[in-house]
Amino acid sequence: MDITGQDLIRACSAIGAGLAVIAGIGPGIGQGIAAGHGAAAVGRNPGARGQIMSTMLLGQAVAETTGLYGLLVAMLLLFVKPLG
Amino acid sequence: MNQGILLSADIDFMIHGIIPLEFFGQTVYITTSHACILIVMAIMIIFAVIANRKLKKATEIPDGFQNVIELIVEKLDGMVESTMGKWTPRFVNYISTIFIFILLSNISGLFGLRPPTADYGTTLALGLITFCMIHFNKIKHQSAKTIWTDMCSPLPPWLPIWLPINVISEIAVPISLSLRLFANVLSGTVMMALVYGLLGKIAVIWPAALHVYFDLFSGAIQTYVFCMLTMTYVTNACETE
Repeated sequence: MDITGQDLIRACSAIGAGLAVIAGIGPGIGQGIAAGHGAAAVGRNPGARGQIMSTMLLGQAVAETTGLYGLLVAMLLLFVKPLG
Repeated sequence: MNQGILLSADIDFMIHGIIPLEFFGQTVYITTSHACILIVMAIMIIFAVIANRKLKKATEIPDGFQNVIELIVEKLDGMVESTMGKWTPRFVNYISTIFIFILLSNISGLFGLRPPTADYGTTLALGLITFCMIHFNKIKHQSAKTIWTDMCSPLPPWLPIWLPINVISEIAVPISLSLRLFANVLSGTVMMALVYGLLGKIAVIWPAALHVYFDLFSGAIQTYVFCMLTMTYVTNACETE
């Protein structure tokens, strides 16, 4: 079986894409912390449920960004193929 | 490239060129994103014209369609008012427009279009408009001395060591705004394309739940986040302290 340089680059791109998506761990932890504190805040002050909810969702969406950067890198490696 | 990895190779979520055009020896394309943006714009314009006609003969007690228009305008006004305070009248038109545009673009995946916001060109344009608004308002409302002090922020103004870092963080604003929206919508598009491409035989009714999450929920949240961050940045630029 011959492995050309092209094949090697494709295989390594796939592995790199898989590694890049590990970036999803961070936002997962961050969003979980935000949701936990949001639940605690609703428990303390059920009247402010709406405001707490919108603040929590805003913060979670911002925290999601770093995970999406990992996704973008994986997408670039798999479909745009910058390395050949 | 995908044949070995995936069960079937008819997975398609890329942008396609429709009409090739020649510019100075370069071939550029009218892409599916342009077509989808034009469809979204057509829907918005038709709705606006109908609403305008309707409100020309508005009644004191609103009926059917007038109720809907008033509800939309009131909700958008309330959203902008709660963040921008006294700057609301100046920016409410722009924020409402991009809110409706991004929302319609994000949920257009439900109607079989490829969402225009899953093209980096669209979201980068929106982010650059925000960038220009921030700095136009900063120059308009703040003195040169305040801007300089802000840019050297943690250190005193006569020691501009921190200046390059603050400049980079200013430049990062439109990039992170646009990448956030783009990557969220793109991830939804890719997930739906994977579901339909890989499980085409058994993807019958249950993908509707995924559509609700990826297109409606995620799209609405990201629209809200984009508008909210734009409003926050612009309000910060307007405040003269």
